[in-house]
Amino acid sequence: MYSQGLRDSKAGDDSPELLEAFQKRIDNEEKIEPRDWMPQAYRQTLIRQISQHAHSEIVGQLPEANWVSRAPTLKRKLILLAKIQDEAGHGLYLYSAAETLGESRHKMFEDLLSGKAKYSSIFNYPTLNWADVGAVGWLVDGAAIMNQVALCRTSYGPYSRSMVKICKEESFHQRQGYDIMIKMAQGTAQQKAMAQDAINRLWWPALMMFGPSDKDSKHSGQSMKWKIKRFSNDDLRDKFINATVPQAEYLGLTIPDKDLKYNEKSKTYEHGEIDWNEFVNVIKGNGECNQQRMDARNRAYDDGKWVRATAAAYAKKQQKNEKVA
Amino acid sequence: MKLYEVFLRAKSGLSHKHVGSVHATDAEMAMQNARDLYTRREEGESIWIVDSCQIISSNPKDKAAYFEPAEDKIYRHPDFYPIDKKVKNI
Repeated sequence: MYSQGLRDSKAGDDSPELLEAFQKRIDNEEKIEPRDWMPQAYRQTLIRQISQHAHSEIVGQLPEANWVSRAPTLKRKLILLAKIQDEAGHGLYLYSAAETLGESRHKMFEDLLSGKAKYSSIFNYPTLNWADVGAVGWLVDGAAIMNQVALCRTSYGPYSRSMVKICKEESFHQRQGYDIMIKMAQGTAQQKAMAQDAINRLWWPALMMFGPSDKDSKHSGQSMKWKIKRFSNDDLRDKFINATVPQAEYLGLTIPDKDLKYNEKSKTYEHGEIDWNEFVNVIKGNGECNQQRMDARNRAYDDGKWVRATAAAYAKKQQKNEKVA
Repeated sequence: MKLYEVFLRAKSGLSHKHVGSVHATDAEMAMQNARDLYTRREEGESIWIVDSCQIISSNPKDKAAYFEPAEDKIYRHPDFYPIDKKVKNI
């Protein structure tokens, strides 16, 4: 999901013997650690995926930040702040996991700020009413959990370990979202309409978070073979739908998919056609909020410049003082 | 002789854990000593050595100021949000 981008990784010049030995380790369910030999393409795929995942956490703060000053109660405000703080933390865990592969954090920041690196398409949608904050926690974090639980077993040790920690924290995110949805769905007719409006707008973008359909997913095959990914995009998407539809029913809300039906035989839900044109368009930068998100990230980076410079100057001065003393 | 801290990874996939320390004249000797002292019974398959002076530790005096503020933030835990048993997978 976090490698939704359409860039393909190229195979390196690694010798067939080394590649074979590496594959054997993977097949054997051994985890790969930073100092171990790994194919160039494995390293590059991971750097791309982990850094995109990190960027998604960081940019993911923005749609929620929109509601901090307008949260309906102090309690909701504290919860929202704690959640946003967690997203920043998740970004940091992931950047440090990517750094173990030899990528510098500065380079990753640059790629995000220049627009070269991608982040999850979902964050290019706006959060228009308070129920969106609930729907983001319930659906967007719900989809993220589905993907991240699977990634806890990814073959790269540092990535796997950060996923374990992140999953534990995401559970709070999803439940506080669902808690908001319960309150809204059980509230006045107007509140219930806001909840329905939120799910109407966020349902399809949440499904797109799992990335292109398996038949169109370019680098899924190799990633599955190297066990970077453990489940296909469509499998995870189906799992998410099966878990989420009954939760919507409990709320008394309608999933905005007229073709959604329950297959009695397979005991699973079948969904309608996803608008992949919209998906590609948002990834390309033409979503409702792409420009706004990029501007906000760039502004934050520029505004923080003097803070970084001051910290560096202070550290230098301290060093000098130590030498004198 | 200098003091070095020793961290072992039991197997790939797990993080390194602190197991103790060794005395040595340099990093290389510390690595040898750690290998001899701490891995006699297959306790690990990777060693990290850190110069003990390089460890930056929190001050026990700061314990309350540092860690108590997390105590009353119970809303950071999923079980703060009661959810009907009928709702599954959440």
